[in-house]
Amino acid sequence: MTFLQIRDVHKSYGTTPVLNGVSLEVAKHEVVCLIGASGSGKSTLLRCINALETINSGEILVNGDEVTGRGVDLNVLRRNVGMVFQSYNLFPHMSVLKNITLAPTMIGGVPKAAAEERAVELLEKIGLKDKVGAFPDALSGGQQQRVAIARAMAMDPQVLLLDEITAALDPELVGDVLEIIRELARGGLTMLLATHEMGFAREVASQVCFLHQGRILERGTPERIFEDPSEERTQQFLSRVIKAGRL
Amino acid sequence: MSRVMPFRDTAANPLKPVRSAPPPVVRLAVAAVLISVVAAVCFGIALRNLYVLTGASNLVVLAVCVVAALAGWIPLLPALRAVTRAKERTSLMRQDRIVEARHTAALGRESASTSLGYAAAVFVLAALLAFAVTNDGAIAQTFLRGSFIAEAWEDVLKAFWVNVRVAIGAEILVLILGLAIAVMRMIPGPAGRPLRILATLYADIFRAIPGIIVLYLVGFGLSLAEVPVFRDLPPIWLAIFALTLTYSAYVAEVYRAGLESIHPSQWAAARSLGLSYPMTLRTVIIPQAIRRVMPPLLNDFIGLQKDTALIGVMGVIDAFTQSRLVASSVFNLSPVTVVAIIFVLATIPQSRFVDRLVERDQARQRAGSS
Ligand SMILES: Nc1ncnc2c1ncn2[C@@H]1O[C@H](COP(=O)(O)OP(=O)(O)OP(=O)(O)O)[C@@H](O)[C@H]1O
Ligand SMILES: [Mg+2]
Repeated sequence: MTFLQIRDVHKSYGTTPVLNGVSLEVAKHEVVCLIGASGSGKSTLLRCINALETINSGEILVNGDEVTGRGVDLNVLRRNVGMVFQSYNLFPHMSVLKNITLAPTMIGGVPKAAAEERAVELLEKIGLKDKVGAFPDALSGGQQQRVAIARAMAMDPQVLLLDEITAALDPELVGDVLEIIRELARGGLTMLLATHEMGFAREVASQVCFLHQGRILERGTPERIFEDPSEERTQQFLSRVIKAGRL
Repeated sequence: MSRVMPFRDTAANPLKPVRSAPPPVVRLAVAAVLISVVAAVCFGIALRNLYVLTGASNLVVLAVCVVAALAGWIPLLPALRAVTRAKERTSLMRQDRIVEARHTAALGRESASTSLGYAAAVFVLAALLAFAVTNDGAIAQTFLRGSFIAEAWEDVLKAFWVNVRVAIGAEILVLILGLAIAVMRMIPGPAGRPLRILATLYADIFRAIPGIIVLYLVGFGLSLAEVPVFRDLPPIWLAIFALTLTYSAYVAEVYRAGLESIHPSQWAAARSLGLSYPMTLRTVIIPQAIRRVMPPLLNDFIGLQKDTALIGVMGVIDAFTQSRLVASSVFNLSPVTVVAIIFVLATIPQSRFVDRLVERDQARQRAGSS
């Protein structure tokens, strides 16, 4: 069953076209990885799905409901679509606990006690139970990203968008974060992630999309994309990645 | 000249380390001794003149002057220590104990510099004192006459209470109105446009009009025009209102700078959690912005507090007005100096307080405990 449907989306910043007709379908429990060179439009696509950017034409449907037109309640949409960014995710003036419970208590209508209980549960899962009262500045980058994922999960989103969440991390911190994504994938969460971690994409993705200049040039199973890419651009991109030692 | 360039030596004989000789200390140490003596003497003379001028045969005043004069000699101590080090350095060099000599020389130069720094401060104080007692003490007599200060002190302090009330009242209102205007300037979309324009106009206009003119217009205009409500307000409230008008415009700019300095990712993170625009502003952006603008905000508040000395133009008797009344009756400015001193005393603790707040905040975020 198609859960997320993107149809011929066009988006430009001013006169610069960034997305040139992207179409993509994501079924429930699928993990889709977006790969592609810097500037190919991965972040923009994710931001459009979460309505952080408006699109110029085309449509995006979540759970069969169009979310891009006028009059859509974006706040409801975003409760179902969680997102984690590359950096500056956490609110620095709030403790870890407050970061996680803010949205559930303020807009999810969850009582404070229940939200805190849930937050502690989530923190336990990501191995950061002892950081409940800590402020983000006192956490390592990897710990911050894990808390950011926990915070997004606290709203029980139906799909999670992850935009290069390990790109700003020291290599030894990447593993912990990826482990949590792996765990979420095993649990059947629908995810759409932009990543430069090709090995990881290959491991968790059910579908890999190669973006080039605002278009999905090629998509398929990770085996096919990584071992037998049909497009020349994909081959070039992958060989560059291999040269950089990232596959 | 038998001095050899060290690097040439090294090149010729790379295995034998060349240790550079320490810089000389003697000249600096002697200079420190001379300068601190001169400073202490000048300071002493200035103090003596001051004591003579006060004309008091008061033992306490004498004791204070003597203690101060003795304190003026403090810079000599490190200077003497520097001289000792200089001698040590020479003898160590003679024994070819270069590393120790270097160490001693460094300590000596440090002592000498310390002495020079303190001596400079003593000089400045001596100069200020000398200025105060020039013209047979005309300066001190005009600004710092003890008897007039004693006479005016109480009345002026009482009147200062008006300044305090006006300042606190205006500050509370400014915090609210300033934030409201800053937020108005950020309302998005075409619907927010009229409000954005209004807020911008407000900030532009009230930053342009001198505060004293606003005070004057509000103080007399509103009651002249018989504006309801305002007509019946006591003048002190009109003063608060006028200062609020002016300072909200400044503080709104401070807030705005703070709001805009928050990284856009914080907006995205909050919005992606489903928080609405106003909620994001209230729970995520404004708290961070306020923390960040604390120092400039407090600076504006100190400016506001000082401007409470202007409310005399609207007929409110504040500390400055009161001191002028006394000053004109005794033909001496000492009562006005009292106001100046009170403002200084009221402001300095605030600056220190803000510094502490900022430090504690940072320390808490670093420590990571709630
Ligand atoms: N706010 C913006 N205003 C103008 N242009 C933008 C903006 N955001 C992104 N772009 C442009 O859109 C294009 C796509 O950017 P995007 O961030 O989606 O790329 P990306 O694939 O995520 O790259 P990376 O791998 O470096 O994160 C880039 O050329 C970028 O310069
Ligand atoms: Mg990106």
